[in-house]
Amino acid sequence: MSNDIKGALRPAIGIFVLLALITGLIYPLAITAIAQAVFPHQANGSLVREGDIIVGSELVGQGFVSPRYFHPRPSAAGDGYDASASSGSNLGPTSADLEAAVVERVAAARADGVTGPVPAHMATASGSGLDPDISPAMAMAQVDRIASARGMPPQALRQLVERSIDHPTLGVLGESHVNVLRLNRQLDRMAPQSRP
Amino acid sequence: MANTTPEGWILIGGFIVLTVAMAKPFGLWLHAIYEGRRTWLSPIVGPVERLLYKVGGVDPAREQGWRGYAVALFLFNAIGILFLYALQRVQGVLPLNPQEFSGVAHPVAFNTAISFVTNTNWQSYGGETTMSHLVQMLGLTVQNFVSAATGIAIAFVLIRGFARRETRELGNFWADLTRITLYILLPSCFVYALLLVFLGVPQTLAGSVAATTMEGAGQVIALGPVASQVAVKMLGTNGGGFFNVNAAHPFENPGDLSNLVQMLSIFALGAGLTWTFGRAVGNTKQGWAILAAMLVLFAAGVSSAYIAEASGNPIHHAAGVDPSGGNMEGKETRFGPAASALFATVTTAASCGAVNSMHDSFTPVGGLIPLFNIQLGEIIVGGVGAGLYGFLLFAILAIFVAGLMVGRTPEYLGKKIEAREIKLAVLAIAILPLSILGFTALASVMLQGLEGLQDSGPHGMSEMLYAYSSGTGNNGSAFAGLTASNDFWGLTLGIAMFLGRFFVIFPALAIAGSLAAKKPIPAGAGSFPTTGPLWVGLLVGLILIVGGLTFLPSLALGPGAEQLAMLRGQTF
Repeated sequence: MSNDIKGALRPAIGIFVLLALITGLIYPLAITAIAQAVFPHQANGSLVREGDIIVGSELVGQGFVSPRYFHPRPSAAGDGYDASASSGSNLGPTSADLEAAVVERVAAARADGVTGPVPAHMATASGSGLDPDISPAMAMAQVDRIASARGMPPQALRQLVERSIDHPTLGVLGESHVNVLRLNRQLDRMAPQSRP
Repeated sequence: MANTTPEGWILIGGFIVLTVAMAKPFGLWLHAIYEGRRTWLSPIVGPVERLLYKVGGVDPAREQGWRGYAVALFLFNAIGILFLYALQRVQGVLPLNPQEFSGVAHPVAFNTAISFVTNTNWQSYGGETTMSHLVQMLGLTVQNFVSAATGIAIAFVLIRGFARRETRELGNFWADLTRITLYILLPSCFVYALLLVFLGVPQTLAGSVAATTMEGAGQVIALGPVASQVAVKMLGTNGGGFFNVNAAHPFENPGDLSNLVQMLSIFALGAGLTWTFGRAVGNTKQGWAILAAMLVLFAAGVSSAYIAEASGNPIHHAAGVDPSGGNMEGKETRFGPAASALFATVTTAASCGAVNSMHDSFTPVGGLIPLFNIQLGEIIVGGVGAGLYGFLLFAILAIFVAGLMVGRTPEYLGKKIEAREIKLAVLAIAILPLSILGFTALASVMLQGLEGLQDSGPHGMSEMLYAYSSGTGNNGSAFAGLTASNDFWGLTLGIAMFLGRFFVIFPALAIAGSLAAKKPIPAGAGSFPTTGPLWVGLLVGLILIVGGLTFLPSLALGPGAEQLAMLRGQTF
């Protein structure tokens, strides 16, 4: 046994060091170099720019509170949509805290004029806290509020939502969703924002 | 069946079909490496391979017995633990640390080192707030490769135990480790990582960018070399994410296509190994029978989880929430209940542990399935290598039970299964309940254990049970409401991960040694056939009986009690 250990020491160290260099440095650095050359947009976070300003990322949700915009889902990342501290609530199905949060969100939806059952996405926090999307139902539920805040016809907003729905790949791989950042940017383009 | 959709069922059915379709191509590739044959990659990879042998002073043709193999494997892993621990502690003074994180604190660094070396990848830290890029690459990514290669190497040894006759020689650990890493994991991850970047996963050495949102608020967006790590964490069933929320993060898993690819990559090598096994023992039907038993268990699990998650939470429905959306707490919009329930079942059937939704927020039944998958030993396709060698331990038990029923000395693949093999198999299988139930019992009576809980009531019990199941099973997913960063949790989970890895590995290697030494006996009319539906049924039944008898009482106290509470509308 002790001979086995002595005999294994040199290969253990030598092969560990080389495999570490290959898989831990050469591999990720080579992928970085190729990715930066071939897919620079994705490799750098799919950033959205408005002139010189970085507005955010196509893939990462951001907070919206103004009644003039579509709102994203509730978020448990930091103080909400903190893209340097992703997190879900992790509250369990019989958690009293979660029940209280859901009741509060339902009440907020009612105050915003949502009638009937409140869309599940509106009442629950996402897994990442950075969900960039909302369900079509959640978008539609906000149309009346935005229409009255902007003085726009609700019908035009409904059409905008319809046009903005991303359908699942091959029809089955995921669920239909609407990217909130893209939707709100299109909203601003439709009706140049007057001073509130 | 409330609220499930045809699209959801097509996704689940299609995924199972694709898993079957992957088995042979990946199995062929693995078989070439198992035999040490030349492949089309040899001209490129060969020189690197030979350099490793030269530096290590290894003669790849010199095979080891099971003890020599075990010593080499353990020493290599021990060095991995020490190096990873040290690297985390001193990351503050090392380069590639754009966020200027200081050294990782002791219990977390200890836990993480064991966690990544044992292929568990339990994360008691948030990646983007704790680890420098250097640790993510040179520490964590390295172990993602070599812990996966270690698992596959053990599967190779056990296969050799069945396939070889009257020999002590079971292969050379250094050659297996090097070949699996250089010929399978590295080239696949190379292509896979670039595909992920194309689909939107970042790959940069920058730390973060500052954005100004449309409403004028600041948003700091964490970035890094994500794709290279995600590729290997999936293919090697490691599961440790770059970000805190793992594959729920839109940067790790940007869309439904990346989601499908990631789920398939979790199963690819595990499914392939069942085929490799059949080929190596001379009858591919032997491999298909094992995969069939795995997929029967998988289909039952994923269906239950999907129905539970699509049905949603009646407590929330009573508060005014639309039931048609299902349980969306902790789930991403782009995935929804079907792709989330499927991912959760896949990641726990294999010992991956990556998550695209928060298992802690699943309904009680939806959370029970991942938990039970882990407790069965993650043998449903399973972790790379670990799934197959774990499953073969159950197969040995099943053939023993079949032998008892007909009063004949059991034999499997021409090898007599005798007292020594049964003792070793039971030892390996018994470590799961000992560690899982033992530590859960300990934590539930210790103040230090209870202070980690987020939820009270039966869900708190589930959080503890899940943590030790995940640790012992080397899964790494969590009911993440639990805060496992204090000394008690860091230490006990570290021990659980170590026990669950090496106290299964050593018996598995010993069985291989004992089987390889045996003289094969030709199959006769009285031999139990291990290819047909009868065998598949026996395997499924035995696995469910062993797992069920062992864990049902604890599951009744956790998810069982919570389901009843939820239906009554009771919260805690």
